Amino acid sequence: MTVTDLVSYEDALASYDPVMGLEVHVELGTKTKMFCGCSTTLGAEPNSQVCPVCLGMPGALPAVNATGIESAIKIGLALNCEIAQWCRFARKNYFYPDMPKNFQTSQYDEPIAFNGYLDVQLEDGEVFRVEIERAHMEEDTGKSTHVGGATGRIHGASHSLLDYNRAGIPLIEIVTKPIEGAGERAPEVAKAYVTELRELIKALGVSEARMEMGQMRCDVNLSLRPLGREKFGTRSETKNVNSLRSVERAVRFEIQRHAAVLSSGGTIVQETRHFHEDTGSTTSGRIKEEAEDYRYFPEPDLVPVAPAREWVEELRAGLPELPRVRRARLQKDWGISDHEMQSVLNAGAIDLIVATMEAGADAAAARKWWMGELARRSNEDGVELGALPITPAQVARVAALVAEGSLNDKLARQVIEGVLAGEGEPDAVVDKRGLKVVSDEGALGAAVDEAIAANAAVADKIRGGNLAAAGALIGAVMKITRGQADAKRVRELVLEKLGVQG
Amino acid sequence: MTDLTRLTAAQTAAAVASGETSAVEVAQAHLDRIGAVDEKVHAFLHVDTEGALKAAKAVDDKRAAGEKLGPLAGVPLALKDIFTTKGIPTTVGSKMLEGWIPPYDATLTARLKQAGIVILGKTNMDEFAMGSSTENSAYGPTGNPWDLTRIPGGSGGGSSAALASFQAPLAIGTDTGGSIRQPAAVTGTVGVKPTYGGVSRYGMVAFSSSLDQGGPCARTVLDAALLHEVIAGYDPMDSTSIDAPVPPVVEAARNGDVRGLRVGVIKEFAGEGYQAGVMERFNESVELLRELGAEVVELSCPSFEYALAAYYLIAPSECSSNLARFDGLRYGLRVGDDGTRSAEDVTALTREAGFGPEVKRRIMLGTYALSSGYYDAYYGSAQKVRTLISRDFERSFQQVDVVISPTTPTTAFPIGERADDPMAMYLADLCTIPANLAGNAAMSVPCGLASEDGLPVGLQIIAPAMADDRLYRVGAAVEAAFTARWGHPLLEEAPIL
Repeated sequence: MTVTDLVSYEDALASYDPVMGLEVHVELGTKTKMFCGCSTTLGAEPNSQVCPVCLGMPGALPAVNATGIESAIKIGLALNCEIAQWCRFARKNYFYPDMPKNFQTSQYDEPIAFNGYLDVQLEDGEVFRVEIERAHMEEDTGKSTHVGGATGRIHGASHSLLDYNRAGIPLIEIVTKPIEGAGERAPEVAKAYVTELRELIKALGVSEARMEMGQMRCDVNLSLRPLGREKFGTRSETKNVNSLRSVERAVRFEIQRHAAVLSSGGTIVQETRHFHEDTGSTTSGRIKEEAEDYRYFPEPDLVPVAPAREWVEELRAGLPELPRVRRARLQKDWGISDHEMQSVLNAGAIDLIVATMEAGADAAAARKWWMGELARRSNEDGVELGALPITPAQVARVAALVAEGSLNDKLARQVIEGVLAGEGEPDAVVDKRGLKVVSDEGALGAAVDEAIAANAAVADKIRGGNLAAAGALIGAVMKITRGQADAKRVRELVLEKLGVQG
Repeated sequence: MTDLTRLTAAQTAAAVASGETSAVEVAQAHLDRIGAVDEKVHAFLHVDTEGALKAAKAVDDKRAAGEKLGPLAGVPLALKDIFTTKGIPTTVGSKMLEGWIPPYDATLTARLKQAGIVILGKTNMDEFAMGSSTENSAYGPTGNPWDLTRIPGGSGGGSSAALASFQAPLAIGTDTGGSIRQPAAVTGTVGVKPTYGGVSRYGMVAFSSSLDQGGPCARTVLDAALLHEVIAGYDPMDSTSIDAPVPPVVEAARNGDVRGLRVGVIKEFAGEGYQAGVMERFNESVELLRELGAEVVELSCPSFEYALAAYYLIAPSECSSNLARFDGLRYGLRVGDDGTRSAEDVTALTREAGFGPEVKRRIMLGTYALSSGYYDAYYGSAQKVRTLISRDFERSFQQVDVVISPTTPTTAFPIGERADDPMAMYLADLCTIPANLAGNAAMSVPCGLASEDGLPVGLQIIAPAMADDRLYRVGAAVEAAFTARWGHPLLEEAPIL
């Protein structure tokens, strides 16, 4: 791989204005595929969820999944789009082995939803409006696994394995209008947009939108133009940028790469590019010498979709509270700053905290555990917070044990560790590991006596009124009790035994 | 003893139901007939002896058990090899699907089976239903029972020939531009293209999705109606299937009364290219309808002039996409997979070897017509013509109840005569194509023999969408009056094979 020349981000922005276009594919969480009755469950044996329709057998015909249409309309409405009165599917014709019919049933010039926007909030609270060009329905392709090549790509492979379980799963493709005016904040805007879109999709209940599972996939189109110029530059299309962080990095990298090419007098080639998670860089994919001709035409096997206006209004009325509105409400309820709320959002912790509160924890405790210990673990393990093997109910139980004084924070962290390690429910971990706070006053008193005896000099300081020194004795007691004491109670006992008013 | 192969479907069903004969005897008689004559005719690509006898036995068992039988139970049928049949080869007349055994039944196949109809086998056809003579079959041509050196029409020549040679009393065809009606016309049989959406297309291998329509073929109008009723009706598996009651076709076929009916004659369907003997029989039919009490009105449909051109853009465009799935990867033929070639090369070699020249011609035509930069001029313009043709029909049907014309400009031509001249071949569908473009219902019913060659001529009847019953009303009237005039059904004049 050749090393790509870059200019510094600051230098790039000093001369050029970035224009972005984001295309996001969302796999809908319908029970069955878009045009047949096959299951959409992930992780099944290859080619076990297929039928004549999604295998494109001769004679088989598609029939539209009504839930798919409903989900598409909900997404369109939540994105403030107009909903088509009448629209058709179209065939996108191209040959590829993972596409059974060798055409993809999609939509072309008659998308179900168009002309909308999504307001996204940046880290500092500024709201940026991203205009939406369209949202259209289509079907997913199967999956190819290339065997024998070095990189997992088709080049150099000895053979390929095809799994059609994914073929025909409904997709919604959401395309922005050119995003202008983001300037140096372009990477942040891109990330905030995809984040907000993911929250929106989840709130609508139309998909789990898990990027790591491929349920949400993002293509980043980027071009630069000299500052002050109207006309867009030539764009690159970076495909399958599949995490929020990668979206930000891909935009940043492409800005720096384009700037390097342009500043050295070169021209940007219109091409697709691959993003590499490990290096945060992109490399050239397929060069589009001439635009591929997909020979779109209206799908004759499907009747047009004409959603009744009453139905659309019914769906509009039934839309859930949208994420930005909900976040503002929660932030107020929880009494936290913009910045803190942003961190919660970035960590993907909002729903987890809400669920933990619904299971009985208070806001502060719920936030503390998810954004503290658990966020740390999710970073360490490189998994999303929601994918950790612990439930909001379990976190709420830990918080309850702390609140009732049965656990202190240190013990609580061990309980969480136990739950994550698969040792069972919090109470079971407490029992198995023997993690109860020592509440036996006799045992605790003995431990305090032992600590005072072993730290006579410290005890004298405290007697002399230096209350700050009490910490050392408390630490000693905790050591003796192997951490299983309630620090507050220990402090009371220490002061009491030394005859000092706390 | 009665020759069971000479009975109509209605007579056969009655004989089975009454116990006069058994379904197994009927099936065996037809299998014997196939064995005796099909070597000469070549109507069948695959005869399912075992399956047919089993299905017949099931009908007999049902009767023995005192269960009620459907109106066509125990009647044998020849199924065009374009409908999938679980466990039975389906080739669509192409090398591409040689040996392919579908894992599922078409909706139509399932309905036939459910009705107790005995499927004898799969009939020959132009490859992927592209043609008007059955000469484009990868498995060799079919002969016209009236003259084995002539074509039996196409694409459903196997089905029409099976009927005309008494190998089956019922058959199924598909009609994209005339593939049911034109074979019916040139073999002296009855063929109906139902309203588009009237019969499910699920499991019918697609040629041109917006035009393809399966339909009944028979030797009498009533038999066609009985079969129509079995196969028609809403199917949720076909998005374009019409969710409405099937028009009362059987009732109409039993009541061939055309008094007061307004019949339109389209003046554009005459003139150059129309055989004199065909026009003679057509004019006789017009007179006959007048005598029977119909009111005949002359109409003009100026946009029909462009129907053939529009058809040869729309059908190839859709076929170029529909046939893309035949890539040698999942089913059917695979050529050149020696372990070194790429999937792309194997696909190219497979398509080169698997598709015949007419199929390739249409794929190329359609690919070109849909290309960016040409789409508006070709596919786009063709769709506009299609709209104009629909409007011509709509205007006509404000004045008349049905429209009539010759089904095809000429009688059956000799095998090989037009094989190298696609344009001449395409003209065979001149009169039938407009009904496909507009989605109307249409029928061909025998109206005599052309004086110059003694070959059958068909009268085409066209009705508005979902008024299929009108076809049967007119068809039954014409059939009854002509049969009375001739003293016997037309097919009795066909040579005995």
